[in-house]
Amino acid sequence: MSEGRAADVIVIGAGIVGAYCAHALARRGLDVQVLDAGLPGATAAGMGHLLVLDDNPAELALSEYSLQRWRDLAPELPEGCAYRSNGTLWLAENPEELAVAEAKHAVLSARGLACEMLGAQALRETEPELRDDLLGALKVTGDGIIYAPNTARWLLESDPARIRRQRAEVVEIDGNRVRLADGTWLAAQAVLLANGVQAGTLCPELPIVPKKGHLLITDRYPGKVRHTLVELGYVTSAHNATGPSAACNIQPRPTGQLFIGASRQFDSVDPAVEGWMLAKMLGRALHYMPGLGDLNAIRSWTGFRAASPDGLPLVGEHPQRAGVWLAVGHEGLGVTTAPGTADLLVAQLLGETSPLAPQDYSPQRFFGDTAHA
Amino acid sequence: MSDAVDLLIIGAGPAGMAAALAAAPSGARIALLDDNPLPGGQIWRDGPHAELPPKAREMRARLDACANVRRHAGCKVIALAGPKRLLLEDAERGWLLAYDKLILCTGARELLLPFPGWTLPGVTGAGGLQALIKGGLPVDGERLVIAGSGPLLLASAATAKARGARLGRIAEQASLGAVGRFASALWAWPNKAWQALELFDATYRTGSHVLAALGSERLEGVRLQVGKRVEEIACERLACGFGLVPNTQIGEALGCALSDGAIRVDAWQASSLADHYAAGECTGFGGSELALAEGAIAGHAAVGMLAEARALWPQRQRWQGFADHLNRAFALDPALRRLAQPDTLVCRCEDVPLSAIGGRRGWTEAKLSSRCGMGACQGRVCGSAAQFLFGWQPPAPRPPFSPARISTLAKLADAAESQAPDLSSARTPG
Repeated sequence: MSEGRAADVIVIGAGIVGAYCAHALARRGLDVQVLDAGLPGATAAGMGHLLVLDDNPAELALSEYSLQRWRDLAPELPEGCAYRSNGTLWLAENPEELAVAEAKHAVLSARGLACEMLGAQALRETEPELRDDLLGALKVTGDGIIYAPNTARWLLESDPARIRRQRAEVVEIDGNRVRLADGTWLAAQAVLLANGVQAGTLCPELPIVPKKGHLLITDRYPGKVRHTLVELGYVTSAHNATGPSAACNIQPRPTGQLFIGASRQFDSVDPAVEGWMLAKMLGRALHYMPGLGDLNAIRSWTGFRAASPDGLPLVGEHPQRAGVWLAVGHEGLGVTTAPGTADLLVAQLLGETSPLAPQDYSPQRFFGDTAHA
Repeated sequence: MSDAVDLLIIGAGPAGMAAALAAAPSGARIALLDDNPLPGGQIWRDGPHAELPPKAREMRARLDACANVRRHAGCKVIALAGPKRLLLEDAERGWLLAYDKLILCTGARELLLPFPGWTLPGVTGAGGLQALIKGGLPVDGERLVIAGSGPLLLASAATAKARGARLGRIAEQASLGAVGRFASALWAWPNKAWQALELFDATYRTGSHVLAALGSERLEGVRLQVGKRVEEIACERLACGFGLVPNTQIGEALGCALSDGAIRVDAWQASSLADHYAAGECTGFGGSELALAEGAIAGHAAVGMLAEARALWPQRQRWQGFADHLNRAFALDPALRRLAQPDTLVCRCEDVPLSAIGGRRGWTEAKLSSRCGMGACQGRVCGSAAQFLFGWQPPAPRPPFSPARISTLAKLADAAESQAPDLSSARTPG
């Protein structure tokens, strides 16, 4: 059995969260070894929607902080990362949803976030392809989009002296050391688990479940849509935490293509595109933009979000495994909240003051009062 | 909501036409789909400048006379829609079609390999040029070079010459020895020997391959490797075809096993999936005679006419021998893997050069990092090229199998009401 100290920190997972953490650790002068098994995750499959969400204060704080960090980073990002600050429109179809949009507007405005209410007429002028009987929309100006696979790679290539990458599958974690599929043991001061939906295979005690999503992309139709268009319907419809669901999410890509989402399924680990789910999802998009029906779709695919029971990620030290740190459970917000996650993680790892309240994201919340084994 | 047939045949080339004609006497309700306006496939493609052979005209007339064969022209298969049901699209509508038995006659597409200048206007595939000419493209007086491999080069040259093109060269990559051995064995298939003699052209050279298409705005000439020499020939058109790639996508999506990149079939042309048959080029390159025999066997077998199917086995075996012979002779020279330069586009939909994908660990990684294969051709061209260049296996096909209207895909909701639980809206986006 060979064993060596691979680096200061071993990061498992080269998706957007692992890549951002590796980048942040390297900027603090730490040597990082990134291990990735090449298994499917969320980064390569997702929409790359950067958005502020306010379902609860912790989510709002993390997404707001992270959005600002993306905007700070934007000038450095190469064109291949396809960053755009195109804003999100939350569409209101009935008075109830309009009230939700206004409440959201109040919350975001109070925090100084750039946003505005669009009335029916203003909405029609802003996005003429939408059905013309919508009541209005909340526009969140600072939201954006990014192409996450290239951004993750760019972050990992940002400091070749400090970040080393290896295609390897970790089959066991034992404190601050890991065993690879070929039998090699690697050790570091800390091991960071950032492998999203795969986290459960290495740490079955983590409360992470896969949530399957479908996506579809059209041929190029430049200028049809400018903002990312999201329905508010979820707020007013019956809450359903376990059944499959679909919501309208239409995002214009810099190529002129349109991304169409989004779906959620809890019960599936099969990556196949399921026709009925795809159709339900497209049905939601067609409901808001009937003209979509004549556009050509060229590809569809699926991915798996790593969901935690309360919808917030687990960021911090593993309560039961000394030397193991976690940055998992981001569900659909991993791309948005990768910068905030990295800063939270680095601050805790180095014993510094965190820019965000770490207890809101602490893995401890799922482990009761148990201390380190 | 959904139509149903006893036998669905996808592809109306020689194999599909033969399958429909073989199955028709059973009285089964048969649907014959093709994405072209008229039956005939690539080899019997119709158009203002096409002259169909008598066999093709005769088969088409017989098909028209079969009251139980419904033809769906200009129609594409878009997605699976539950067990034994497909989502289809034509210019007017998307709809679901259920079937009891299926025969895949999905043919093959040309293998296009990237080389410097291959995206210049004036450069096409060899079969592609033939199709364009049959469709009415004028080539009268144009200087033409044809390069690549296999008998399609000669067929394409003959079509172009008949329309007044001036042939500068046919460059066959296979060696003189390989082509010579092939030619000297043709006595066993006399009609093929005659065909070869008729099609033969004085400009035919073996051991030759394209190095680059030359020109700035459009094609002005071609640089060829001819044995050890490099030669340049001025021309307005260059047609390059490096053989054929079986269209296995729908079969793969259905779950039919592949073998050597083609749909695997048994003596009855049955695939590994019960009630699903395959015939013609999608089961491996063999030419129209083999496709006709295979199609007829599949058609008979699918409706239970086993004696009639068995009677055609010797005919199939004879043409399979020819196909094996041909595939050995025109195997691609590994040197063709080195034609593309770092700045040569591999994916022309998304303008991705070789340098952007070389060194990646596989098709998915290359695609995610460079957009290679993300365009409207769905990676059909660059995916096959990358498979030849790097040995990368493309992932399993996903719907839509062809670009399709979103309104068509939304019809999948009708497909499986029973499979889908009740939906409420999603909690969060993203």
